[in-house]
Amino acid sequence: MIDKLIYYYSNYPTIRYSTVVLALVSLCAALLGVTLVLKRFSMIGDGLSHVAFGATSIATAASFTPMYIALPFTTVAAVLLLRRRVGAKIQGDSAIAMLSAGSLAFGYIVLNLFPSSSSNVSGDACSSLFGSASILGIKRSDVIICAILAISVLAVFIFFYNRIFAVTFDESFASATGTNAGFYNTLIAVITGIVIVTAMNMVGALLISALITFPALSAMRVFRTFKGVMICSACISVACSLIGTIVCLLASTPVGPTIAIANILAFGIFSLTGWITRGRTAKNTNQ
Amino acid sequence: MSLIKCEKLTLGYDGRAIVENLNFVVNAGNYLCIVGENGSGKSTLMKALLGLCKPISGSITFGDGLKKNGIGYLPQQTVVQRDFPASVYEVVLSGCLNSCGFSPFFAQKHRAMARKNMELLGITKLAGRCYRELSGGQQQRVLLARALCASSRLLLLDEPVTGLDPKITHDMYSLISKLNKSGITVIMISHDISAAAGNASHILHISHTPLFFGTSSDYLQSDIGKKFAAADVNGVAGVNGVGAETANRGTRK
Ligand SMILES: Nc1ncnc2c1ncn2[C@@H]1O[C@H](COP(=O)(O)OP(=O)(O)OP(=O)(O)O)[C@@H](O)[C@H]1O
Ligand SMILES: [Mg+2]
Repeated sequence: MIDKLIYYYSNYPTIRYSTVVLALVSLCAALLGVTLVLKRFSMIGDGLSHVAFGATSIATAASFTPMYIALPFTTVAAVLLLRRRVGAKIQGDSAIAMLSAGSLAFGYIVLNLFPSSSSNVSGDACSSLFGSASILGIKRSDVIICAILAISVLAVFIFFYNRIFAVTFDESFASATGTNAGFYNTLIAVITGIVIVTAMNMVGALLISALITFPALSAMRVFRTFKGVMICSACISVACSLIGTIVCLLASTPVGPTIAIANILAFGIFSLTGWITRGRTAKNTNQ
Repeated sequence: MSLIKCEKLTLGYDGRAIVENLNFVVNAGNYLCIVGENGSGKSTLMKALLGLCKPISGSITFGDGLKKNGIGYLPQQTVVQRDFPASVYEVVLSGCLNSCGFSPFFAQKHRAMARKNMELLGITKLAGRCYRELSGGQQQRVLLARALCASSRLLLLDEPVTGLDPKITHDMYSLISKLNKSGITVIMISHDISAAAGNASHILHISHTPLFFGTSSDYLQSDIGKKFAAADVNGVAGVNGVGAETANRGTRK
């Protein structure tokens, strides 16, 4: 087993890059996920990834690099969704549902009307929705763009950590004391767009929600401080992505679903841990 | 020069006026208490002072080098998600953000300030606890400590004692008086007229139009003050029904 892994890693440079980038993307998604889950925006990953799917089909039809079209479209959609004012005519969850169904329908029609050179419609659709069938399917050019995006997202998160906490915890206090809440909400929206497009290339549109929500929710089972949750969810996410990558190399399973399953298992483990430790502290305080 | 001066201030939402023609001044060291029935625009006035909502007309002038972001604020309701993971220390420290300038991280002096204010409010022992798991009174202290981190000059407190038991309420009032005596200017919204008049140096009574502005002792002598204080003692709410929109209260965020 180990031999097989060593063989893969020493003979295929793509596998090395992909592993690193998957870990980076998972890290970003996990950090972002904490904020999104706390702002009650867990579903936004799902909605936006469908927008990205629609944009990607246009790009495929026009034989552009998908990233260049998907990135601006998704980011704009993210800003529109996240910056909506309270009391807008259409509620946030309905807006997400409308946008996601619309883009999905549009994208699939475009794929069918203008098949790409490979003329394998269901293959194209399937790989956009569920990610590359194997880790070898991830392209080198994608890997480089993904790495750059992931690193910049990470930098933003480290740099604005305190402000993001303040805006997520209590927006009105933050803006009353001079933090530009609007700016940080837009920033979070832009990062959401970037992370989703990046992650979509790796794990597929339908499975991004797993990367965004599971690590944050798992971490929240055990930790009660923001910093603890942030760090823990980052670690869970990176660990799951590494384990998932190794499993999919050994068992030739598709990348995205394998990582998603790893995250679900982690959630189970953390829920159990949380339940046990919570039970114990409750008993201790009763004594 | 006065700390805050409001002239001909008209406030409201979407062009619809809620309070009209407010004129008052707050000097350094004052303890101003704003009273009035539900929906009379007290919280709106506070938001205007903080720059969270724009006045329809009139002006708010800050003097004495007071900056808009140099105000400590205790909101009426803090809607925090039920499962929000945040420790007391993290919440208090987040109040220091406005003195960070462009630096992305907290400096040693900010941490010291957070610890000092937690000490002052007697919540040092709670530092590592999860904010959401505290009682209402403890949460209120945490938010007051956060407000103190944001400013050592001016505090805006929007109904700081709602939902607290009589003893903690009393403690809270004496704490606020203590802070005021140490030189912090306080503007507080309260429904508790007797306590307000006892503690505050000035009273602003608003309804659709301002009904009274002056010192506490004058207020208790005035007609409106007598009426309101009597209603307070008898536990009857809503003395004169100008624009009482209590029903809106629950739906607001
Ligand atoms: N965001 C808003 N948009 C529109 N109208 C609002 C908004 N917030 C408050 N109002 C309205 O403004 C009026 C004054 O509200 P405000 O919150 O200032 O009352 P208040 O004096 O603080 O009352 P309370 O004692 O209940 O706290 C109310 O009629 C309310 O319905
Ligand atoms: Mg109010």
